[in-house]
Amino acid sequence: MIYYITDNISGAIALTDIPEVEYAALYNDLKERLQEEKYHVAHYFATPEGNRLKFYILLLDDEQHKVMISSFSMDYYEDVALPSLTALHPALHPFEREISELYNVEFDSMPWNKPLRFSFDRRNRNSTIDTYPFYTIEGDSLHEVNVGPIHAGIIEPGAFRFICNGENVLHLEIALGYQHRGVEKEFSSTNNRLRQTLLAESIAGDSAIAHTTTYANVVEKLLHLSPSENLIKERAVALELERMAMHIADTGALSMDIGYQLGQVACEALRTMTINTTQAWCGNRFGKGLIRPVGTNKPLTEAKCKMILENVAEISRRYNEVRLDIKSSPTILARFEECGIVPKNEMYRIGGVGMAARASGAKRDIRASHPFGIFSLSGSGIEHQSIIKNQGDVMARLMMRANEVLQSAEYIKAILESFTPTEDYSRPDYSTSLTPESLSFALTEGWRGEICHVAITDKRGSIATYKIKDPSLHNWLALALAVRGEGISDFPICNKSFNLSYCGHDL
Amino acid sequence: MGAIALNTFLMLIVALSIPGVINRTRSILAGRKGPRLTQHLHNVRLLLKKGSVYSTTTTILFRIAPAVYLGAAIVALLFIPVADLYPLISFDGDVICFAYTLALARVAIILAAMDTGSSFEGMGAAREALYGALIEPALMIGFATLAMFCGYTSFAEIFEHEQSFNLHHTIIMLLTAFLFVMITFVESGRVPVDDPRTHLELTMIHEVMCLDYSGVDMGMIHIAGWFKTACFSMIAANAVAAMGCFHWWFAVPLAILLTGLSVGIVESTQARNKLIRNTTFIVTISALAALIFFIGYLLQLNINI
Repeated sequence: MIYYITDNISGAIALTDIPEVEYAALYNDLKERLQEEKYHVAHYFATPEGNRLKFYILLLDDEQHKVMISSFSMDYYEDVALPSLTALHPALHPFEREISELYNVEFDSMPWNKPLRFSFDRRNRNSTIDTYPFYTIEGDSLHEVNVGPIHAGIIEPGAFRFICNGENVLHLEIALGYQHRGVEKEFSSTNNRLRQTLLAESIAGDSAIAHTTTYANVVEKLLHLSPSENLIKERAVALELERMAMHIADTGALSMDIGYQLGQVACEALRTMTINTTQAWCGNRFGKGLIRPVGTNKPLTEAKCKMILENVAEISRRYNEVRLDIKSSPTILARFEECGIVPKNEMYRIGGVGMAARASGAKRDIRASHPFGIFSLSGSGIEHQSIIKNQGDVMARLMMRANEVLQSAEYIKAILESFTPTEDYSRPDYSTSLTPESLSFALTEGWRGEICHVAITDKRGSIATYKIKDPSLHNWLALALAVRGEGISDFPICNKSFNLSYCGHDL
Repeated sequence: MGAIALNTFLMLIVALSIPGVINRTRSILAGRKGPRLTQHLHNVRLLLKKGSVYSTTTTILFRIAPAVYLGAAIVALLFIPVADLYPLISFDGDVICFAYTLALARVAIILAAMDTGSSFEGMGAAREALYGALIEPALMIGFATLAMFCGYTSFAEIFEHEQSFNLHHTIIMLLTAFLFVMITFVESGRVPVDDPRTHLELTMIHEVMCLDYSGVDMGMIHIAGWFKTACFSMIAANAVAAMGCFHWWFAVPLAILLTGLSVGIVESTQARNKLIRNTTFIVTISALAALIFFIGYLLQLNINI
């Protein structure tokens, strides 16, 4: 057997249980498996272990709800080229690029071997963001338009290089890495778990709850503790509130980008109402301070449940009006429909995840395929039904958001109506030591998509390696594909329909 | 003499009021209180007090363009009569001169945009040139309709001599007014053609050409924009006023409200065109102009309707 098979809710795995195989065997197996839609790679990374470089790969089986883990290793300075999986399955490009950038591992016939995020400890110090090797096309009728890295709006830095023929985009290349903060290194450089929690909250500010929930799950697995039912429910409510807030905000932003004022102002007001609900609960509009490992400092009380229920009902009622308005406006449909299409097979090929993938018909939804938290509770849990659209255009992604907002509102209602607040809630635990020499991972469906955190502990039970994957890592390529053949003036709405994270990619 | 001074003064009032009315209309429809009606004047006053920053790649062309742009807009403004008053500049054929004065303004700003060497501004210049070329037939045919209908080729005389109250006249004047309101949307870069409020350079048309301007230059460009808008809305208002109430006290509020309300309402309730559909939109306006011209021609032949 070349895989250790587990699922998203089982505890941490002892490192000795994970089979170490030859790369050739893994390569041959993955080559076949990844052709099937039900498989995709959640994480694939290398980390130094002693004097060897150890590679771990987490393969997800969406139908069997299983996570398959395997590993292989090589000498630190071994001079062999591994056959590239990216050449066959482009979905793996960010992983191979990262390994190649950090450890100088050569992947044979890797088609897109470009630096990923210019980490400080990269092997080749001559490769800097100023010398990023942009793809070029020669031609008299072509011109290049460079947008960024500093943008006019209040967004993060990233360079977009368009190759255009008149108004038409032939190719877009997105160069990121400007936001690299060394988050993963920070996790392993401290044993202070509160500090780690705060770090998790700032991986990507718009997904604070999703990332912190993932971190909390990773830690709880390493402690072999399962959170209480109330805690699971509170986390689920927080996560769905975050989903609602961000989807509503993006509906507003899309309206703004096409100059549709009514949609914009209505959604801005509703988004404020949503994040203010989170604030009324925990004191922070983005839910910072709400999710803590093992316990909570901000338990839901009777009054808070009532407040959230009332607000969510009002938000979903008003948001539904905006949704119907957008759906029935010809001028809006003319902008959104058949714009920025990513077909289903392309989405699978590049490994798209989350709501963007589902808008193209690709069934990627951790809540359904690898249930966690409330979605994995038997009895009082929720069996998630993914919303799937098939058009893959901006409108599909917008309607995806709209329907998910309403779905989340119903989930929150269902959870809170059966919720019984308790005085005797568990407090956060920052001190109990973690299981040594184990691998723990957690998968969460944030509003953007699949978030995967992996922690590996050393002999003393402190975190030796912490790896984070934000869904943006995969989906930036989907954006580049979406604008091919579109007018360059439609780039902003394509971009906004994905609304990807720069810092989530750059870490 | 007094009439000419009042005419010029009223045109200024119209030019300075329209942006305020647009913003207020948009605010009310969005459920906000909105800025004061003179906010845009304060903003431009601030700009005029500031110095300008110039990119080192630009030449003298870039620096004189705002002056040419504003100058041309002022001259254009002086051609337009306010209902029964009389404009400062008026001669036979001034409608053509008016159109090409504005074209001069457009050329100046397009050249300045290309002068910066920025890929954004080049894109904006290309779009502005295309839409400018496409809207020109609409403008010319619109003037031709007026000229044919009353036999004069200067604004002052066209409107002065066109005050009979028959059905044919009403039809043509209403259609022409509608045409000029449409032209106002295109010429002043409002939704659905352009969006003056957007922050997305890639989607801009007029705004992107002014990205490198700052301070005084930016202020001049803003003012010139107001003047252009005022010219077209006053032509539309004159056409409506000529149907029955040809007095300045009727035409002035009409010009302000016609543009202020229509732009405000459209911008609140409607999305922008896909850029590629703008050409269709503008060519349709030209087609409409041709149709109005044709109707005018038939009506002149005194067909009974």
